[in-house]
Formats: sequence, C-alpha cells, structure tokens
Amino acid sequence: MSHIALAGSAAPPKGRRPATRSFWRNVLRRLMRDPVTMTCLAILALIVLAAIFAPLIAPHDPYRTSMARRLIAPGDARYWLGTDELGRDLLSRLIYGGRLALFTGFTPVLLATVIGGFLGIVAGYVGGAVNMAIMRVIDIFYAFPSVLLAVAISGVLGAGIGNTIFSLTLVFIPPMARVAESVATQMRAQDFVEAARATGASGWRIVSAHVVPNVTGPILSYASSLISVSIVLASGLSFLGLGITPPEPEWGLMLNTLRQAIYVAPVNAVIPGVMIFVTSMCFNLMSDGLRTAMDVKQ
Amino acid sequence: MSSVATARRAPVMTGVPASPDPRDRGGPAQPLLIVEGLKKHFPIRGGLLGRPQAWVQAVDGVDLVVNKGETLGIVGESGCGKSTTARLLMHLIAPDSGEIVFDGDAVGAVRGLSVRELRRQMQMVFQDSYSSLNPRMTIEDSIAFGLVAQGTAPKEAKTRAATMLRMVGLTPDMFAQRYPHELSGGQRQRVNIARALTMSPRLLILDEAVSALDKSVEAQVLNLLQELKRKLELTYIFISHDLNVIQYISDRVLVMYLGKPVEIGPVDEIYRAPKHPYTRALLASRPSMDPARRMQTPPLSGDPPNPINPPSGCRFRTRCPLAEPVCAEREPALGSVLGGAAHPVACHVHRPGSGHSAAPAEGARS
Amino acid sequence: MFVYVLRRIVYTVPIALGVSIVCFALIHLAPGDPLSAVIPEGASPEAIAQIRAAYGFDQPLPVQYVKWLGHVLTGDFGTSIMTRRPVLSEVAPAIVNTLTLATAAILFGFVLGCLLGVAAGYLAGKPADRVVTAVSITGVSIPHYWLGMVLIVIFAVNLNLLPATGMGEGGSGSFGLGWDSLQYLVLPALTLSVIPAGIIARSVRGTIAEVRKQEFMQTLYAKGLPARRVFLHVVKNALPAVLAVMGLQLAQLLGGSILVETVFSWPGTGFLLNNAIFTRDLPMLQGTILVLAMFFVLINLLVDILQTAVDPRIKRA
Repeated sequence: MSHIALAGSAAPPKGRRPATRSFWRNVLRRLMRDPVTMTCLAILALIVLAAIFAPLIAPHDPYRTSMARRLIAPGDARYWLGTDELGRDLLSRLIYGGRLALFTGFTPVLLATVIGGFLGIVAGYVGGAVNMAIMRVIDIFYAFPSVLLAVAISGVLGAGIGNTIFSLTLVFIPPMARVAESVATQMRAQDFVEAARATGASGWRIVSAHVVPNVTGPILSYASSLISVSIVLASGLSFLGLGITPPEPEWGLMLNTLRQAIYVAPVNAVIPGVMIFVTSMCFNLMSDGLRTAMDVKQ
Repeated sequence: MSSVATARRAPVMTGVPASPDPRDRGGPAQPLLIVEGLKKHFPIRGGLLGRPQAWVQAVDGVDLVVNKGETLGIVGESGCGKSTTARLLMHLIAPDSGEIVFDGDAVGAVRGLSVRELRRQMQMVFQDSYSSLNPRMTIEDSIAFGLVAQGTAPKEAKTRAATMLRMVGLTPDMFAQRYPHELSGGQRQRVNIARALTMSPRLLILDEAVSALDKSVEAQVLNLLQELKRKLELTYIFISHDLNVIQYISDRVLVMYLGKPVEIGPVDEIYRAPKHPYTRALLASRPSMDPARRMQTPPLSGDPPNPINPPSGCRFRTRCPLAEPVCAEREPALGSVLGGAAHPVACHVHRPGSGHSAAPAEGARS
Repeated sequence: MFVYVLRRIVYTVPIALGVSIVCFALIHLAPGDPLSAVIPEGASPEAIAQIRAAYGFDQPLPVQYVKWLGHVLTGDFGTSIMTRRPVLSEVAPAIVNTLTLATAAILFGFVLGCLLGVAAGYLAGKPADRVVTAVSITGVSIPHYWLGMVLIVIFAVNLNLLPATGMGEGGSGSFGLGWDSLQYLVLPALTLSVIPAGIIARSVRGTIAEVRKQEFMQTLYAKGLPARRVFLHVVKNALPAVLAVMGLQLAQLLGGSILVETVFSWPGTGFLLNNAIFTRDLPMLQGTILVLAMFFVLINLLVDILQTAVDPRIKRA
C-alpha cells in the first residue's frame, strides 16, 4: 500500500492529529466575535436573570394595589418607574412580567419547532403522496394572516395562558413546517443520502443520522427569528384582552390597562411597551447574527 | 427464464479467484449479474391537473451481463441513461419493468434475493461532488454508518472504517476525525470508495467516479481501483463518458445511446473494430495528437434527439450515416448478451436478413 | 402562461374550501354553547330546542357546513346576534375602511422602505449600512400597537397636531380626500407602515446589493453609462421582488390591522372582530374572519400571477 501516494495532502507534523472544526464550534466562534450579538446577549441575560430572581430584586409586590398611589410619575423615590392605574409598582410588574414574556416567547416556538419540524422533515424525506397530504393541510393554515389566526383561535377559546400558548403554537407550525420541508427535500437529493440508502439502512436511521443534523441549522435559525414574533404577538393578544388575564403583570396587558390613562400619565402608559420592544429587538438581532454566522461557507 | 438456464452453460471468463468467496453460489462460470429488459420512464407533469403529459424514456430496455471478476464499462453521452441504469441496478429507483439476477438469484422474487440482501453484496461509488459525503459527519462516521445501520457495534465499525481507510491509502490517524470539507477531491473519492467497500460487496458500481478529478489524481484513483479489485476479488461496473478511462479500466464495454445499449463486447474489439455506427462515431471523435489523423468534419453531428419522443425504429438513425428506410420501420434488436466473447450489436447493418442494403445475407454469420 | 394562471386559480379552490372549513370549525371549537348569547336566562328546554333549530344547530356537523357554505356563496353570511343586521352589511363598510388604512400604510411603507433600502443597498458594507439595517430591524421588532400609543402621546397629547382616535367627525360615511378626513388617517397609517417599511427595506437592500454585484452591471459601468441610467437598471431588476413583497404585506396587514385599529378606534374589520369576540357574536366573528381570510387568499393569488407575468425568470413547474 505504501506505493499509493496520498493525493494532494501535505505532510503533517509528526505524531499530531490536526485540529478539526466542527460546524457548530465555528458558528459559536463567529457569534462571539460579533459585537451586536454579544450586546444583545448581555441585555437578554439581564432580563432572564431579572425574571428568575424576580422575588429577590423586585422592590415591591407586583399585585398590591393602592388607590391612593395611582399613576405616580416615574422618578419617584419609592416607585422608580411610577405606578399604574391601580397603584401597583411599575418596576416590579415589569420585572415579573419578564417571566411571562420569556415563557410566551419560547414555549410556542419550541413546540412549533418540534411539531412543525417533524412534519416538515417527514414530508420532505418521504415525498410523494405523504408530502402532498401534509403540505396541502399546511397550506390551508398558511392562507390565514398570522395575527388573524391567533386572534381567531384565542377569540373562540377565550383568554388564558394555556389558550395563548396553544393558539400561538398553531400559528407557528405552518411556517416552521414549510422551512423544514424545504431543507429536508434538498437534503434528500444529496448523494450521501442516496449512499446511505444504498447501505440498506432504515428510513428512521437515515433521517436521524443524515437529514436531521443538516437541517437543524436553518430550522434553528428560523426558530430564533420567531421568538421575537411570539413575544410581540403574545403581548398583542393580551393587549386585546385575549391573552394573559389580569391581574398578571404581562407587558401587553399592562399597555392595555394603562391606555385609558394615556392623557393623564402618558409616560407611564408607554413604559411597558419599551420592554416589549427591547426584548423583541434583541432576539431579532441575535437571530440575524446567528443566520450570518451560519451563512459563511467553510 | 431462458437466459438464466443458458447462463449456467456460459464459458469461463477472466481469472479464477484464488480463494472462493463463501457467498459465491454458482462458481466462476455463472455471471454475477444478469439484467434483462430494464425499463424506467419518468413522467413529465403538466397541464391543468398535473397529469403526466409525456414520459422521459430514460432507460428503455437494457440487457447486460457482468461476469465475475471483470470490469464492465458503460459508456455514452450525457443523458443516455447511464446513471439512471446504475440507480436502477442498486434499486435506489424502482424499475418499471425488467429482471435482475444476481449470482443466479432473481432480485425481488419470492425465493430469490431481497433488495436488502442485494445491497449487502452490491454497492455504489458516486461521482465526487460535495454532496457525496455528509458535511456534518466525520469521515470515520460516514464510513462506519452502513455497518452500524446493519447492526454492528459502533466500536467495531470504527475499527473496520480505519482498516478501509488504510486500504485506500489514507492514514486513519490523519483522516478519520476530519470533515469532508477538509479533504481534497481525490481524498474524498478515496473515502467514497472506502465507504462502499466497508459493506464487503462483491459488485461495485462506479458512477462517473473519476470524472470530477484532475488527470493526475484520476490516474492514482484508477490504479487504486485496479489494485483493490485484485485484492478483494471484486467485480466492477464502471460508468463514464470518458472513452480513454473506459478503455483503460474495462474488460468489456457496453455502449449506450438514448436509454438503450447499442453494442457490447470485449474492450479491445470495441476499440479496435467497432461495429455500431454510433460507437464508430464516438471513437472517431476523440481528438488525436497525431497530425496525420486530422478530422475535417465532426463524425457526430447535431444534438441527441429528445428522450421524450425518440425516433421510431432505430433511435440513432437521425444521426447515422448508414440510415435507410428499414431503420425507421423496425428497431434493431441487440441479440444475446451472454457469453464472454459475445459482441452483440443493435444495428440492421450487422443483422443478416434485416433488409438493410449493407446487411449480410440471411443465414450468413455476422 | 395562461395555463399556469388557470392552474393557479384551480389550485386555489381547495385552499379556499379548506379555509372555509376552518372558519366554520372555529365557532364549534368555542367552549360553551355557541348560542349562549342568544338564549335568554331561564329559558325552557323546549324554547332552547326551538332556538337551536332556528339557527340550524340541531343538524349533524357536515350538514351544517354544507348549508352554511351554500348560504355564504349566495352572499348570506348570517345575521349578527348583537345588531340583528346581516353580517355582510356590517362587514362591507368595515373592510373598505380597513383597506383604506392598509393601502395608505403600504404606500407609506413603500416610500420609507425604498428610501432606507436604497440607502443601505448603495452603502453596502460601510458602517452606515449597519445603521440602516438596524433601523429596518426595528421596524419588524417594534410592537406596532405600542408605537401607535407613542405616536398618540407625541402628536396628539403633547403637540396636539393630529387627532388621537377615530375616523373623522362624521364617521366612516363622510370620509373624503380632504385634510379634514385624511388627518385621521395619518397616525394609524404611519404606525401600520412600520412593519412593511422594515421588510421592504430589507428586500430592497438585498436586491440592490445583489444586482450591483452581478456581472452585467460591471458591463454597464465599463460602458461608461452615467450613474443615473445605471440606477434605472437597478430599479428595473429590483422591482418585481419589491412588488411581490408589497402585495404580500398588504395581505398580511389585513389581518394585522386589528391591533392598530383597536388603538386608534378605527372602524375597520379589526375593530369589528374585537367587538364580536367580546360580545360572543359568533356569526359576526365567523363572517369577518371568512371575509378577511378570503381577501388574503385572493391577494396572494393576484400577487403570484402578477409576479409570474412581470418576472419571466420565474417558471413554476
């Protein structure tokens, strides 16, 4: 065997294995170098920590009302961001509200990724009639604008956090399934999948070993862009009175109840929206950064 | 099936292997692969309801025989159906009709060979494109995948993968943990070969396996293939559009045109004295370094006709210098493909009593 | 081409049917009796049964669906439980209002988006590009109902420049093209325009950057064509994609307007939907969703067909 030359390979240093760069390690490296992504990560980390340690850092009870202390303007010594229309401390409610925002941001996206991803991958790999059946049903749900669908489902089911999660998951499954189906179909056409089929491996094994690792990238990238949509949509539903119910400190709900005070205490009225905006923006920028980091061909 | 019956009486082919393969069923006299009437038509959907409006006759009745220990080269222009034939043989695409007999057992028949068992004895090497190896899997995992999928323990599979890497000339220490994008084209192709051989196949189909490589690398890989064939007692089907490569590596050659074989024969005979007008034109179109052999007009003119609506009768007649009315009326049959020295031709000119003016008389030997 | 259009239309029919099934199924998803709003307190079982029969709720579901579909196709979307008037007569003016708002929003969004996108496309790679990109990402991240509130605070409450809510003194009936009426349109349309502006900006930026990189552009530059003419070429190539995005955004805005309409009390379909939900006026709810969804499907279809007509490179199988 020694006379067969190693085509095109330079002689390595003796006895050392070359460092290998797996795909995800590369992505992580690139992400860590991006200042925008890192800033957003820092901000989000703050919000997450605040949400986790809410009982420890919130200055007041978010549920305690007081008619005497209604609509105090921000800048007050005791109530740093002021109080709402029922006298509750805004800062504490914002901190606790972070929990709900993150929950309603992540959970529907997570569920939709698993369900929609599964449907899409199956449709993409199996193809044929199964593909048509799944994708046509997806198309029907795609025929509704997302906000309308969310409002419609929540409208019929009623308010409440469970219904909100259900409604949003249902809204996100079709686009997720589409993305998954599209990349799975591309993967199916690749030669290495044919080679795997040629070894007689079962469909499940091929999908899990060959298809899934290659489609996780685009799927995760898309999922990350949905998180900010989910947060905004969930608070939008609460704003309409269809999402989280009072007295929970949900940011969108706070906007709703403070709306009546908009002429009297305009600054108080818009503060919760700032949180929604910042959180959504950070997730969006991070998702963008992730997409750019994954985009570069190695 | 008469072909199978006569197969057992076919003359002995190339070298007799030193130690018999325990999976060998018929001995050296039995061809490893007999294919009869393989067909695959792809629908083109269109119109209002997406019904098939036309059919691409990609593979339209392929007969071939591969004897143990030989290399059958399949050559033809792009779009002649070579790659589709390869995938049909591997059952990666389901054939519309046709029979495949592997070492005496009919594939898919009740008491014959299942597709799963067939895949344990027949493997394929794909053209080196970036898509031939999973970019997210290490080389080692890619090679070991087939074994692990069939039930081998991962550790054992990895050891075998290392052995295969060594066999194709790549040091496991250096290459096992790498990713495909870190390898050159030639190295990736070696990995492809290693992956195919890991499953211990008896027949290897190589689909344009060296077409994407630089010439120097191509030569190395071809030599590697020859060596492996000797060491592991393999049989090859080598598909390519490159006439020189086919001549170098094949024992027998099958020339395909528009989904049908037009001529099969020993490599020397085909290259020295081609019978079919298409083969002649193909061989004549190779540029030569010899200034004495200058060509004035290209031997093959025009584009190949559409595989959706092939010409009636003989498919080559629209480009054939010897075409006559009988060629449009009747399609010339290939004849028997069995036997090591057989050299069947699908052309009226070589068929006694076909009605072609240049054909020998009825009863005469062609 | 014609065959493609026909095929696209034929293909839309099952989608539309599916949409109608979903709309129909929605009210049966609702917990509790769909007729709880109509049935008076303490009604006897016979009275309840009578009411149910009158509304057709005593039939099996598929039969109900077919009957309902038959009604819908003849223009009968049912009667609102609250106002006792035909649903269609309520929805028709509402959707006109929503379309007015959505169209204005798209136009604002187009102008804003193009300005941003062109700037970013020509600045591609320079630091200013990232700023512009950030602005357009803002557009898609911002909760627009909040933005509406902020604009109200700034322009209506503090500066008193523009009206805060409503569609005008005389309501939607007297909406005209004069400033009296249009001033009510400014804030809501601006608010709603932020989302399409962001998306259009990104699309324009991407297309411009891509077109400029292409080889035929180098040829144009090499020929010495003045920058203005080159710009026209860029626009010509970027236009199909932008038009497609605009069309799709218009469709999305039909559904997304509900939040902004609530903030500004704009009497459109979103407003109607809101009321229907809270009064549990299910026929109204159903009718509004159906009309909106159908518009969405229709606009998508038109955009698809137009896109194929405008851009010959898109050949669908």
